[in-house]
Amino acid sequence: MQMTSTAAAIAALALAIAGTRDASAQALQAAAALQGTAIDLSGTWANRLHEDWIERAPGPHIGDYTGLPINDEARAVADAYQVSMQNMPERQCILYTTQYIVMGPQNLRIQQELDPISGAVVAFHMSGTVDRATHDVWMDGRPHPSPNAPHTAGGFSTGKWEGRMLTVTTTHLKSGLVWRNGVPHSDQATMVEHYARHENMLTVTMILTDPVYWEEPFIRSATFEIDPNTRVLPEPCEPQVEIPRTPGEVPHYLPGTNPYLAEFPKMFNLPAEAARGGAKTTYPEYGKALRSTYKSPDRCTVYCCGGTTLTVMNNNQGACRSDDPPATPPATPPAAPPAKRE
Amino acid sequence: MPTLGRVLRAGAVLGIAVITFSTVAAQGRGAAPQTPAAPAAPAPPPTGKAGAPVDLTGTWVSVITEDWRWRMVTPPKGDYASLPINMDAKKAADTWDPAKDEAAGEACKGYGAPGLMRQPTRLRVAWQDDNTLKVEADAGTQTRLLHFGEWKAPGGAPTLQGDTTASWETGARGRGGNAPPPMFGNLKSVTKNLKPGYLRKNGVPYSDKTTLTEYWDLLRQPNGEQWMVITTVVEDPTYLARTWITSLNFKKEANGSKWDPSPCSAR
Repeated sequence: MQMTSTAAAIAALALAIAGTRDASAQALQAAAALQGTAIDLSGTWANRLHEDWIERAPGPHIGDYTGLPINDEARAVADAYQVSMQNMPERQCILYTTQYIVMGPQNLRIQQELDPISGAVVAFHMSGTVDRATHDVWMDGRPHPSPNAPHTAGGFSTGKWEGRMLTVTTTHLKSGLVWRNGVPHSDQATMVEHYARHENMLTVTMILTDPVYWEEPFIRSATFEIDPNTRVLPEPCEPQVEIPRTPGEVPHYLPGTNPYLAEFPKMFNLPAEAARGGAKTTYPEYGKALRSTYKSPDRCTVYCCGGTTLTVMNNNQGACRSDDPPATPPATPPAAPPAKRE
Repeated sequence: MPTLGRVLRAGAVLGIAVITFSTVAAQGRGAAPQTPAAPAAPAPPPTGKAGAPVDLTGTWVSVITEDWRWRMVTPPKGDYASLPINMDAKKAADTWDPAKDEAAGEACKGYGAPGLMRQPTRLRVAWQDDNTLKVEADAGTQTRLLHFGEWKAPGGAPTLQGDTTASWETGARGRGGNAPPPMFGNLKSVTKNLKPGYLRKNGVPYSDKTTLTEYWDLLRQPNGEQWMVITTVVEDPTYLARTWITSLNFKKEANGSKWDPSPCSAR
């Protein structure tokens, strides 16, 4: 930073004493180029999944909206969702919207695009793996397009440095899934992200604002570690018939007919209201009220060990594979498999 | 079009020429040759409070939009999902008995610094003195002290909140003591000497060898909201197979009207 500031000052001095309009423009450009990048974010970043493992890796339970400040419209959409909808050939390659680049299960690659003359950072290009829209963050000061411009899965993103933190604003998103059990965001959603690097870690905080489906801005944060050995698989999506269907059939539940919604709260002894989410359920006072009636289940029955836990993996039915006796199996096995699509 | 390097070189040459000319001219104006002044004593580093690039004081509420089922309520015994624990930790967690903790006066084991910050809680952050940032949590009625400067831990028995040293990370170097603090940066804190406790309230343990490192970032939103995101790194050679990294989100509140201290709960 010191060198950058000094060099920028020299460039500014050149501007001050050069006197010509062309030289001024060039010196300004040089100063901007040098000050334009506070830190280098480029590289491959490994996702550690130490938070929201179930939601980000195997997929959330059907009807689990805990911690999501959604409204009734969002609940109605999510309740009607059937994950097998994703099997339809015409839907298999629909991209997740750009919020899923950092909030999904995959690793992250960040590349800088530099101006070949000035060296200034024109954009950061962030990519995950298959079926995620590339996240292009423009750093060159270009404005966001007209509200009437097309919306895409990637949206339109601009970035600016706030000290050593990159702040990104995204508009023009298509509607999409926030969680893989059908919780949606609309095409009116906007997103602010903050990229903060601390030593070998990158913490990405996303704040999604959506007047259609969300009662309050939705904040999530995820931390990655830089790792040159990390794989970011560029898998192309090739649609094919996975399940023969009657032409025109779209898997879904009509309102009030989803038979699996009650399973999640029952599995964890939660009141049905808690599973339905909403802004009030995300604040400490809700937890205090809940604790007066809540009784923890006697034993964990599903996803107990988690993907990053132990050196042995669980069988996702309650028992960690170890030399210990397995956990008591659930009285009724979970009938609704979580969403499968990554 | 000149390249950036040419612009800089040209600027540097011209700058040196201007500075040299200005210096010679200034020396020529005085009647007598100037005696070089004695070098000023280096200014002391700013205190933690004076050197703060951002203001973290105020009341903050944890917004539980992540890991809700593990944070808002106590999960069942044997639920270790997403925790990189080893088999020793698993065995210890499988013996978790909240009634036993209560009987032993250990109901606060889930409220030591590594577990406390994941509780649904409000934080009240204020300067206790120029080099001590006090962080109170109404969950469990706990207080953490973050010490800046040359503070040395007093030693002694491990405690629930441990001993914490703190510093500002601004990215700036070579700043003198009288220079204004930079406008951006984050707080880094390192906590050691922790009494054993629980990472998760269902008895997933951490040991007295644990080190808790936290990076406190302030996020300003276009609508005026402020968020504090704390990137949290837990290292424990006894019970963790690798570092456990999470990030916690707190929203700033206008005042402390919702501050509601409550005792520790083992359940």
